[in-house]
Amino acid sequence: MAIDAYNGGGWIATKLEWLINWGRKRSPWPLPYGTACCGIEMMCALAAGYDMARFGAERPSFSPRQADVLIQAGTITLKMAPAFKRIYDQMAEPRCVISMGACACSGGVFRTYSTLQGIDKLVPVDIYIPGCPPRPEALLQALLMFIEKTEKSQPITRKKHSDLLVGT
Amino acid sequence: MNQNPTPQTSHDTGDYVTVNIGPSHPAMHGTLRVVALTDGESLIKVDPEIGYLHRGVEKLGESLTYHQFIPITDRLNYCSAIPNNVAYEMAVEKLMGVEVPEKAQLIRVIMMELARIADHQVCIGILGVDLGAFTPFFYLIIQREEIYEIFEWFNGARLTNTFGRIGGVDADLPDDFEQRWEELKPGVRKANDETEKLLTHNRIWMDRTIGISAFSAEDALNWGFTGPCLRACGVKRDLRIDEPYCMYDKFKFKVPVGKNGDVFDRYIVRMIEMEESLKIIDQAYKLYKEMPADAPLMARVPKVIKPPAGEVYSALESPNGELGFFVKSDGSAKPYRIRIRPPCYMIYQAFPELVEGELIADLVACLSSLNVIAGELDR
Amino acid sequence: MDLKKRVEQCLGPNNFVVAMIECQGDLSVEVPKRSVVDVMRLLRDTPDLGFNFLSDLLGVDNLDLNKPKKKPKKKTEEGEGAETEEELKEKGPLPPRYEIVYLLLCLERNERLQVKVRVEENDMEVDTLTPVWKAADWPEREVFDMFGIRFKGHPNLKRLLMWDDFPAYPLRKDYPLEGQGEERHLIYDD
Repeated sequence: MAIDAYNGGGWIATKLEWLINWGRKRSPWPLPYGTACCGIEMMCALAAGYDMARFGAERPSFSPRQADVLIQAGTITLKMAPAFKRIYDQMAEPRCVISMGACACSGGVFRTYSTLQGIDKLVPVDIYIPGCPPRPEALLQALLMFIEKTEKSQPITRKKHSDLLVGT
Repeated sequence: MNQNPTPQTSHDTGDYVTVNIGPSHPAMHGTLRVVALTDGESLIKVDPEIGYLHRGVEKLGESLTYHQFIPITDRLNYCSAIPNNVAYEMAVEKLMGVEVPEKAQLIRVIMMELARIADHQVCIGILGVDLGAFTPFFYLIIQREEIYEIFEWFNGARLTNTFGRIGGVDADLPDDFEQRWEELKPGVRKANDETEKLLTHNRIWMDRTIGISAFSAEDALNWGFTGPCLRACGVKRDLRIDEPYCMYDKFKFKVPVGKNGDVFDRYIVRMIEMEESLKIIDQAYKLYKEMPADAPLMARVPKVIKPPAGEVYSALESPNGELGFFVKSDGSAKPYRIRIRPPCYMIYQAFPELVEGELIADLVACLSSLNVIAGELDR
Repeated sequence: MDLKKRVEQCLGPNNFVVAMIECQGDLSVEVPKRSVVDVMRLLRDTPDLGFNFLSDLLGVDNLDLNKPKKKPKKKTEEGEGAETEEELKEKGPLPPRYEIVYLLLCLERNERLQVKVRVEENDMEVDTLTPVWKAADWPEREVFDMFGIRFKGHPNLKRLLMWDDFPAYPLRKDYPLEGQGEERHLIYDD
């Protein structure tokens, strides 16, 4: 019984997970990757007025290494795709991707030769926000959803955060 | 004025470092990329690369009908969508030979000037952020939200307004516009005053902006500058006065002109333009009130727009400069070719000449002051 | 004197005017391709024209305009084919496929002029305008990027909007809107 407390989903591991999640969920540092129109709305959400800092996203982390959640706001073109993939690869686990706006979700109105038809072709996406562009409130809701997901995640017992989030 | 030390030490040895900035650098406005050859901190050679937000708008326009393209124009300069919409509508109206009713023109003027204020606010706010002055950004953004509220309540969208239709506007100003406008006006003035108090005579601000990337009027014209960046160089050119459209010839307003064409002048020109825009809206609204309530808002245009074959170019003064649309029609319901002449495209191509010899930190200041919007730069 | 006459007076003696079209007040002059730089210098330096500002430069692909008009559906496919061939013979050789439009502006008088150059498909090279106006730099690169028209003497003629090894020219009319499945290869190892 004592061994069970340490193994797998045992008592100590789950309590430790709870502690980690409790710490993580109050400070989701976003990496604001605003490329187009949605970037302006994301800026509004970060600035006074909507004030994303209320939910712990106090510090926009422009360095991918320190970021928890990548907010992809705007179109990713084929020319940009390698840079974007690289940014994602540089982020440390556990990481989460919020795809903000129709362009990031599916290419939106730009069904053309140069636009990537949805960033989910490149990276796993956790939360989609529809809209062209979505309102700042929608971004705040996505952030709350991310916090909710963080509460449920199992950083110790499951190895990859993204595996869990994408599958469910 | 430019106290930048000229690099001397390693010129002979050729000991330069190539620095890649962007495309996902926070100071690069999302999608710009600059490859800079540096000597210590000064820039020897700068090579901007664009196209990271090339979404094929011009090609897309060829497969949409004339009306369907209006929402796409929103996504060009997303800081101020309304001048884009109006510029495109004006081009198609010119192609069809349609005269827009005066009341619709006044509504366009009011909305375009509001968009101009919003655009300048975000430009100055971001310029401040990029130079380390974060507070003005908050003051300006709060005021911008108020303008967005007017847009939203008029159009239903905050950012991508899809304002107007070909041949006029689709809706009249709501009844309580006057009240909203009277509430907004002092707010904008107050935010501008606060910004000015924080920035204009600030020693750090002056050191970082005065004399940085100064440009002569001759060069500016040769490079195709328009808008605030050209006026900052000392050329008094404003399409609202030189080639009046939308009844702009009936309003009295000043065109601010700078002297040196440096970052500081661009900032001041934008600040004054905001004030002038407020005056224009006042005058336009006064004229608007004199119009009969049932005056037409739309010219007589057919439901399916099929302009006669031909090609026209029509331009207006967007917040960034001359925004032109070249529309070629072959007589069918879809445009044959749409070319957008974005103002910051012409300005940004002079970027190497603007910043070479300056410090890396000034590259950021210069870039923000040009107000390069990737959406219209790459289209 | 109106603009059309002045332009004709200026360019006429050198046989630079191929055609002149006016559309809704916009005057456009077609000039021969080989003398485009001379024309621009003339237009810029002649005192009563003074087009000293290059507003924009763009390319147009006239492939669809040159195509014979579609026949009504009643006719059979064979009949259609025969018809178009006959029509083609009647019309003679097709007009050149591409055209480049220069949008000029006179700052003093606020007059605008479109100058057009037609480019044959088998001779896709035009003299660059960068010595006259530096503003022609990126627009020319873009025309090269989008249509494949080369500019002789351009200081830095490479793709502007698409990446360097992009295989096609997107704004040509025979290029599909959604692309031909070009992919940007990720060039780094991870």
